[in-house]
Amino acid sequence: MSRLKRLMSWLTTTDHKRIGLLYFYTAFVFFLVGGLEALFIRAQLAQPDGHVVSAETFNQLFTMHGTTMVFLALMPLTASFFNYIVPLQIGARDVAFPRLNAFSYWVFVLGALLMNASWFTGPLFHAGRLNVAPDAGWFGYANLTSRQYSPGPNIDFWLLGLQILGVSSLAAGFNFIVTILNLRAPGMKMMRLPVFSWMTLVTSFLIITAFPVITVALVLLMFDRFFGTHFYLTSAGGDPVLWQHLFWIFGHPEVYILILPAMGIVSEVLPTFARKPLFGYTVVVYSGVLIGFMGWGVWSHHMFSVGLGPIADSVFSATTMLIAVPTGVKIFNWLATLWGGQLRFTTAMLFAIGFIALFTIGGLSGVTHASPPADLQQTDTYYVVAHIHYVLFGGTIFGLFAGMYYWWPKMTGRLLSETLGKWHFALVFVGMNLAFFPMHLIGLLGMPRRIYTYSPDLGVSTLNLVSTIGAFLIGVGVLVFIWNVWRTRTRGQTAGNDPWGGATLEWTISSPPPVHNFDVIPTVASRLPRWTKTQLKAIPEGAKLAEIHVPGGSIWPLVTALGLPVLALAPLSHRLPFAFVGATIILLGIFRWAFEPFEA
Amino acid sequence: MTECWDSSTFDAVSRDRRWLLPLLCAAGAACGGPFPQSSLRPRSDFAGAIDRLFTDIFWWAVLVFILVEGLLLFIIVRYRYREGAPTPKPTHGHTLLEIAWTLAPALILVFIAVPTMRTIFATQTDSPAGALRVEVVAHQWWWEYRYPELGVVTANELHLPAGRTVALALTSADVIHSFWAPGLGGKRDVIPGRTNRLVLRPDSVDTLLGQCAEFCGASHANMRLRVMVEAEPAFQAWVGRQQAGAASVVKGSLAEHGQQAFRRYGCVGCHTMGTMSTAIIGPNLTHLGSRMTIAGGLFPNDSVHLTRWIADPPAEKPGSIMPNMHVPAGDLAALIAYLRSMR
Repeated sequence: MSRLKRLMSWLTTTDHKRIGLLYFYTAFVFFLVGGLEALFIRAQLAQPDGHVVSAETFNQLFTMHGTTMVFLALMPLTASFFNYIVPLQIGARDVAFPRLNAFSYWVFVLGALLMNASWFTGPLFHAGRLNVAPDAGWFGYANLTSRQYSPGPNIDFWLLGLQILGVSSLAAGFNFIVTILNLRAPGMKMMRLPVFSWMTLVTSFLIITAFPVITVALVLLMFDRFFGTHFYLTSAGGDPVLWQHLFWIFGHPEVYILILPAMGIVSEVLPTFARKPLFGYTVVVYSGVLIGFMGWGVWSHHMFSVGLGPIADSVFSATTMLIAVPTGVKIFNWLATLWGGQLRFTTAMLFAIGFIALFTIGGLSGVTHASPPADLQQTDTYYVVAHIHYVLFGGTIFGLFAGMYYWWPKMTGRLLSETLGKWHFALVFVGMNLAFFPMHLIGLLGMPRRIYTYSPDLGVSTLNLVSTIGAFLIGVGVLVFIWNVWRTRTRGQTAGNDPWGGATLEWTISSPPPVHNFDVIPTVASRLPRWTKTQLKAIPEGAKLAEIHVPGGSIWPLVTALGLPVLALAPLSHRLPFAFVGATIILLGIFRWAFEPFEA
Repeated sequence: MTECWDSSTFDAVSRDRRWLLPLLCAAGAACGGPFPQSSLRPRSDFAGAIDRLFTDIFWWAVLVFILVEGLLLFIIVRYRYREGAPTPKPTHGHTLLEIAWTLAPALILVFIAVPTMRTIFATQTDSPAGALRVEVVAHQWWWEYRYPELGVVTANELHLPAGRTVALALTSADVIHSFWAPGLGGKRDVIPGRTNRLVLRPDSVDTLLGQCAEFCGASHANMRLRVMVEAEPAFQAWVGRQQAGAASVVKGSLAEHGQQAFRRYGCVGCHTMGTMSTAIIGPNLTHLGSRMTIAGGLFPNDSVHLTRWIADPPAEKPGSIMPNMHVPAGDLAALIAYLRSMR
């Protein structure tokens, strides 16, 4: 294949596996970008009165670190596993809407690039500086984000980028709901669904219900900034606290959007390497669903310091404490899964066990936040920074790394090095605890978050230095992982169908799987098809196989996606013609997409 | 290690939290002296109630931590893979166990929830009659304090009498801020269009540090504050000095030259200064000389820092609304002399 043809085959692909890989590599690059931003932050805070970066740049760094990690790294990394693994686990040939899937990916890339362009486009806006990245924090509280207090293009990049990314997430959410509900292999009843696919389903429902809320919030903000409305401004009867409600009604489900997939991964990895089925499958699934529902009733625990009154504080405190119950139940079920097993400490298993250990700490500090009076001393300090990183790094990222080591052989046909893997785990585990544990104390001793400088009088200088050392250790660990991935391309051991002795359907087919995944769609008769004897029906000798339908590639999802950032250029540059160009591209893309022949 | 254990450090950490000391010393942090902005050093009824509640929850968390992590470690050692061991029994679940580990955490949460609710209602009461009222107005990036009953207006340094209940009314002049002096208790957001309240009674004479806790723009990190909790007579004396008019300047002195410069360079456009000007964009400077700090609690109030500050405010404090007025060195020295004489 010529180079151009190969490039085109990736630009037009609708194969869920290739899209999964695209999601993985793109999201991993943004994971590195977000990590680099974190290292700049830690370098600045290594000592009091630091001078590594300016106040303005620091404010952009922590805003983009949060935004990048949540929307451009963690969510798309989970999406990469949704894409690659879910169709294989449920015995499907692809997702329900392959071209919509490609559209989701391209919208994600373009939205991410648009938002990150703000690092270099200062001169285009006559800003007097190179970087005009968003700078109001990842939850961008109104009215700081109003045109009056943020006159530059910074917040415009943020709100337009997030609007575009929302389109991607919504499309993907609908796609996976339909896929999981409708494309399951015969016999794959809902209560036989692997837990990872279950958590993907719950997450997708959270996405399609939570993202409309932030979309509305962002539309109101856009109107405030561009058309002079006053939704978040007190001057005409608006209220900045409205933004906080809208943002956290989205924001708390978003936390579960980030953690539930990792819980799903852990629920696959632990049984495989303990050689025992998941303890209390039904309970684990239902507690996941319950967490999904309860996640909607806790948003104001992010707002205890707003002063909503004792009644509201008490109610949201109670609902928040309640959510600890299903979360605790999951942890106990994982422990019971390990109990009595034959634990093989592969790197995937180490990360999964690390998840339990660290997520527990994040959960416990979460309980101290659930108590409003205690939270009044902790919120907006480094204590809450410690909490979110134990949940999202110790939880989500450890879960994702477990998934990477576990499914890498399936996705590429080669096993990652276990020796390098263990170095990776050790460095990240030690680094993470050095970086984030001291933050509990730093916060309790009075250091707020989001400050580019602090006084030596606070007495937290040494703790901050330790934290910075930990952060750089994490960086070294991630470099080891990158080296591991790089050398595995050529030197990795070949995997075969099933290097781990897994129980689920993805391990029945070759690694990487053929385009159509399954020669014959399997018929499933149990929850653990590969661990139950006489499972997969053999194909009768000489049986005539039905023709396999594989959707052809299409360039139109990419074209349609291209229209969105062009559309965003209109408000960004205050030039209306971009809006017409963008809309034309979108309409053209959708039109050609709609009338494209079904088969390639 | 020994220097970590001097009495000031020991005193800086409340009694039930002294087990923390070795931990802090090990981290080298305690050796920096006491922690003036620590939330573990309650100096009011509000902070004390929070501290007791947090200590309760903390010990419950420690208990669960030891249980879960201990169990995990035990499992890792006991059930590690051994060559030739039989395949584990495929257990799928156990209803009684599930019920047990659903109820146990729920029960612990009841023990946390009850004192939590009590503290919520106990710390959000109406202010009693006779409480000292202070209006706190947050600005980008400094704090204004108004004592309406006393006719005193000052900035960044909040003076409170020990043992008297104080009712703080919090409002914002621009964006959302958060008033936080950990020794006084939890933070409360300061939101445009709303008046938030904090009611508390400082219980001991001390100087506490605090700062804005809600990101509020470029110099959020530089929006600091101090709370001087003083004995009643010392507080009354301070009030007396603040109620007095602006200090008079000696004719022909450097300070008088500075007074003219204060007018000439437009300082009067933003700052209140005695009866000369009543502008309220920047802090009231009538008694600037009596304050310990300048520029939002950022720098000590001495000639060196004052000079550097007025010479180029945005360079000292990013985003500062106070512009560089390009005051020549001669006028600058006079201005400093004048401001320092305004005690």
